[in-house]
Amino acid sequence: MVTLGDYLFVSGLLFTIGFAGVLLRRNIIIIFMSLELMLNAANLSLVAFSRFRVDSSGLPNYHGQVFVFFIITVAAAEVAVGLAVIVALYRARRTTHVDDINTLKF
Amino acid sequence: MSPFFFWTASALMLVFGAAVIVNRNPVASALSLVVSFLGLAALFMSLDAFFIGIIQVLVYAGAVMVLFLFIIMLLDLRAEERRRINFVAFAGGTAVAVIFFGQLYLVIGHLRRAQLPFAALPVAKSDDVHSVGLLLFGNYNLPFQIIGVLILVATIGVVVLSKRELR
Repeated sequence: MVTLGDYLFVSGLLFTIGFAGVLLRRNIIIIFMSLELMLNAANLSLVAFSRFRVDSSGLPNYHGQVFVFFIITVAAAEVAVGLAVIVALYRARRTTHVDDINTLKF
Repeated sequence: MSPFFFWTASALMLVFGAAVIVNRNPVASALSLVVSFLGLAALFMSLDAFFIGIIQVLVYAGAVMVLFLFIIMLLDLRAEERRRINFVAFAGGTAVAVIFFGQLYLVIGHLRRAQLPFAALPVAKSDDVHSVGLLLFGNYNLPFQIIGVLILVATIGVVVLSKRELR
């Protein structure tokens, strides 16, 4: 039988993969993809909690799914803006390697 | 929610999620991300969240991935050349990720209610598009309209950022 803990475990593992990607990779596009992985891991645990909390009418608690809908919308807008920033950065510096983009580094 | 289906979809999602950060070629990473999101959509469907699953496939596996591939091919990124790895940073990053997951695992293991199985749903009543739509246009009407404005702002911002000369 699959329990809520299994879903949370898988979601945590996916979040950790994205977290490790942000920490370990130096290509800015891969870092951006890892951010998407982390957002989606949070979505998975929200939907699992939504399905777990069955209310008195026998239906899942749909508030969690509405929240996931908002997260997906904001993430889509964020991807569009982020990729535009990356394109502008690439035009200025001709690189996507974060070690070469260190003007603001102390 | 058969365990076989759950673990197959989870393995698909996690293996291709790991492939995203292991691959050196950005195109291979983006395609792995598509497969990972399809596994995630299957998990949403296993939780009876069909609307969210469909939205996941349409928005992520469709729109967002096309955007990623378009940018990768526009910038003509090849597999990145190998650089000298900073071993202290690499070991530190790995350690932080492992410690984070260890903490999370302990917390989930101590949740008593997380060990309970999911309650069964009544078969005839699971129309989640109807319920989510009622909430979205009822309780969450104001946030919904704010999201619309946010997308408009994002669209204008992207057009401004993509202009050749920024002043």
